[in-house]
Amino acid sequence: MATIVQFENVGLRYGSGAETLSDVSFSLQSGAFYFLTGASGAGKTSLLRLMYLAQRPSRGIIRLFGEDAVVLPRDRLPGFRRRIGVVFQDFRLVPHLSAWDNIALPLHVAGMPLPEINEAVREMLAWVGLADRAEARPATLSGGEQQRVAIARAVIARPELLVADEPTGNVDPEMADRLIHLFGSLGKLGTTVVVATHDLHLLTRLPQAQMMRLDRGRLHDPTGVLRFPTAAA
Amino acid sequence: MSENRTARVLDEARGLRAMVWVMAIMLFLTVLAAALGLGTASAGRLLDRQLAGRLTVQLVGGDARASDAAATMVLARLRRMPEVTRAVPVPRADLVQLLRPWLGEAADDGELPVPAMIDVDLRDSTDASVARVAERVRAASPLARVDRHQSWMSPVSGLMRTLTWLAAALVALLALATAIVVVLTARAGLEAHRATIEVMHMLGSTDIQVARLFQRRIVRDAALGGLVGTAAAMGMAALVGGQLSRLGSELLGGILLAPLDWALLAALPFLFMGVATLAARWTVTRALRRTL
Repeated sequence: MATIVQFENVGLRYGSGAETLSDVSFSLQSGAFYFLTGASGAGKTSLLRLMYLAQRPSRGIIRLFGEDAVVLPRDRLPGFRRRIGVVFQDFRLVPHLSAWDNIALPLHVAGMPLPEINEAVREMLAWVGLADRAEARPATLSGGEQQRVAIARAVIARPELLVADEPTGNVDPEMADRLIHLFGSLGKLGTTVVVATHDLHLLTRLPQAQMMRLDRGRLHDPTGVLRFPTAAA
Repeated sequence: MSENRTARVLDEARGLRAMVWVMAIMLFLTVLAAALGLGTASAGRLLDRQLAGRLTVQLVGGDARASDAAATMVLARLRRMPEVTRAVPVPRADLVQLLRPWLGEAADDGELPVPAMIDVDLRDSTDASVARVAERVRAASPLARVDRHQSWMSPVSGLMRTLTWLAAALVALLALATAIVVVLTARAGLEAHRATIEVMHMLGSTDIQVARLFQRRIVRDAALGGLVGTAAAMGMAALVGGQLSRLGSELLGGILLAPLDWALLAALPFLFMGVATLAARWTVTRALRRTL
């Protein structure tokens, strides 16, 4: 399997404070599923922000899709971001757009023709069980429904890397299981999935998933499997 | 991105509709200023054309019989000059008519020493040509005094030019003010839609795609406001023009706008839409460059 994300001794510091992430090194393989765990404040969201290019590290090397993402020129970032799907912890749905339009946004951004967009959105709404809520605005959707819209928006463009920050935080256990299995099925399409969660129950649902644990900004990898996946396997 | 869907990414109900009214007022003032400028420029040109090659020869002094005799002699001399296209004596009755507002019935007094006058049109209006004619006229009669219309109307002509330049400066200043308003509106819009823009960026939108969202919206507001303001100002200009033409004044009649002038006024909102587009694009892309 090809390495899709590679971190080497990555450190992240906000302002002049202590490092939020220190010496983080790992490699993620194409089509694999990873859970990122750790206590609140461990640095999960910061690590994900580095992965989806919302932030540049203070030090270290990040390689995304085989290229050095740290020195990537700003005008090339949109092209990279279109290859990454993100489920934000706070959903970040556009409040005055319907569920349909929110889900369609990445395809509009990518310049896909409207008939294809409509087909893909219809399919995606059915996939997350919101076909009858297509015209609802986020404010009229429950937390779980908003989360499913956010997930649908993140996966509709079939990203190579899907990064989800607590994607099951607002849904009932049954829906959480369903969503995790849906995420798992993306691996078959070659999508690498990273799900940050502190719900240990979820970890048992996908036996093939690998676990990444952050503790106070440091990644625990005692066997080196995250750092050298091929050699360890 | 497709037009209809992405045009709605920026919230329509955020109360930035003030831009429509600002643009309406800006265009109203701009079109009025431009109409004034075009009108005074046209009147100035007309004045210059009318006065450039015109002279008045006055035969002053002596008794009426002597000045009439001198006028006849000067007139004959003028009509032989190749530089002169027309030389016509001003009838004494016309002169008396001109004096009547000041002198009343006394203007009809036959003994009143009214100078004889001759209106002269020259073939070419150069200073050299005027000087040659004036020299020969003075040589023909020591009573002759030559007045060039252009010299006594030059303050009016100068005023027209000043008004034209003032109007042009006003148009330029209003265009600048419009650009500044657009910049401030775009900045306010960026601040109001910060969260949405961040999401758009994370979805892979380029700066140009985001800038286009603002451009479209600002240009649409500018177009709406601009058309309202332009229509109101053109209506006002037409009303004033109608009143000027009823005055029957040759000078003020020159201020009336020609069809080309009206076309230029109608083009102003499009010019301002162009200014708004460029200002919006510049502001948004410049602000976005400071983000990752």
